[in-house]
Amino acid sequence: MEDPVDLGGVRLMTAVEHVVGEVATPEFEHANEQLKRRRGLLMALPAYAYLIIFFALPLVFVVVYSFATRNRFGGTDLAGWNLDSYERLFTDDLVGTILARSLWLALLTTAICLVIAYPFAYYMSTRSESVRNLMLVFVMIPFWTNFLVRNYAWRVILGTDGPLSQTTEFLGLGPQKYLFTSTAIVLGMVYGFLPFMVLPLYAAIERIDHRLLEAARDLYGTGLQSFRHVLLPLSMPGVIAGSILVFVPSLGAYVTPEILGGAKTKLLGSHIVTQFLEARNWPFGAALSFVLMAVMLATTIIYFRKGGRTL
Amino acid sequence: MSGSVAEPKGATKRTLQGLSGLVYFFFYAPIILLVIFSFSDNRNVGVWGGFTLDWYREFGESSGTQDALWNSVQIGLVSTAVSVVLGTLAALALERFTFRGKQVFDALLYLPIIIPDVTMAVMLLLFFAQIAEWFGITKGFATITLSHIAFSISFVSIVVRARLAGMDDKLEEAAMDLYATRWQAFRHVTLPLIMPGILGGALLAMTLSLDDVVITQFVTGPGWNTLPVFVFGLIRRGVTPLINAVSVVMLVASMGLVALSLITDRARSDDGATNTT
Repeated sequence: MEDPVDLGGVRLMTAVEHVVGEVATPEFEHANEQLKRRRGLLMALPAYAYLIIFFALPLVFVVVYSFATRNRFGGTDLAGWNLDSYERLFTDDLVGTILARSLWLALLTTAICLVIAYPFAYYMSTRSESVRNLMLVFVMIPFWTNFLVRNYAWRVILGTDGPLSQTTEFLGLGPQKYLFTSTAIVLGMVYGFLPFMVLPLYAAIERIDHRLLEAARDLYGTGLQSFRHVLLPLSMPGVIAGSILVFVPSLGAYVTPEILGGAKTKLLGSHIVTQFLEARNWPFGAALSFVLMAVMLATTIIYFRKGGRTL
Repeated sequence: MSGSVAEPKGATKRTLQGLSGLVYFFFYAPIILLVIFSFSDNRNVGVWGGFTLDWYREFGESSGTQDALWNSVQIGLVSTAVSVVLGTLAALALERFTFRGKQVFDALLYLPIIIPDVTMAVMLLLFFAQIAEWFGITKGFATITLSHIAFSISFVSIVVRARLAGMDDKLEEAAMDLYATRWQAFRHVTLPLIMPGILGGALLAMTLSLDDVVITQFVTGPGWNTLPVFVFGLIRRGVTPLINAVSVVMLVASMGLVALSLITDRARSDDGATNTT
């Protein structure tokens, strides 16, 4: 056995841990434990400090600004805190309309993604392993593909004289206006966020023992009954995870409505950006982002409370 | 677990099959159409007018796109390098050690992933508006890179943690029993084993950096653009065939990154197989 005295301090502790094992004296164990704790903290420190400075601190800035006042020059007076910006959330009709529209379109996007993704994810889980993996790869590719480019592709397709209106004209349906409507926004968001729904759903359904479905059928359950009482309840964590992963970015969407939507279909994300880049009302913009963040946090906390872990 | 037990049959199977086909059509048709139209000799972006490479030539000659592309690459590389180091250390700390404030750190690390882009953009805009004044930082390269690192660390650490969780930490102990120093054990045992996770995290960080529009647009300074922000500005002023060509270049870049990540992913699962035998 090696002589622990020859070893450096760090090395000594690990040596003691190995050699002495369970008979280590409480002092040794305590010292070793402390050393491990210090080492862990030291490794976490760079990222920890970075996130405190460049994430937690900026978060505090948003809260502080949301209570501030916009001055006549478009700047912000931090003195004299007030609730004006939050009051405006309830009194400004435009904000009410935009909030309602954003919520509605985000819910619609989530519902459509769920309806499309569920049978798809189920079908995927019934394939053989090699087919399954291949199908998964082809879902991952759009997931990794540049988001801006994917939205822009729809701008080209839906545009005047674009492929879609040419097709409808060819079919004798006449030219239609697609671009700059709520439909275009929902289409773009479904396209953009569908992989976020497919992946957790697939993960949840794949884990289910498919013999349970067989058993349901053996006990004279109809296809619908075995879906309703067996498959759906068992895949619920995936449904919830996917819904949150689609709902949250849809609610805060900015790029998609800017590219595919119009002036009449303004959403929360764009309205926040406007407050900063055009209207120069930072306190109000901060209040709006704070509300968006609160909704996001609330949904996520509900999800974790329900015991979901399939993110 | 075999999926073929409850194999749907008959009409159900055909419906599901058809639907899956439609989903893939929905995923890929727009991308393919965009590539086709980038070679179209027509000022109207969605109308075919014969084959041309003019728009790619215009892309090559436009100094605006070239500068923006170069900026994007630089920011992507620097932010990836930093976030990989910080994210990997964070993953090791969380997966292997207990320390004071661990739970808070864990939660803080998750937040940048679930927070909406717009909110993070607003946070960093307000922050840099003050900080840049105090410390005399010019908005542009520095502020964009710092912001990209802030959201990339979390993604890197999640990918590396997943890899670490599947690894036996007795291997490192065994190395140290064989007189390897702590550093040697890490360098020659742990690091090679988690390397696929680190590479996967790096590719994800690079992709996120090259994708970002909203946050970059908020923290950039006058006259400073990344490629996505530049393209986004062009789109808002009106679509042109040049945008088609630039988009396809960005598309090829992301496809390249996907291909790389699939290769490292393959390596990851291969290792996993040899580990269990």
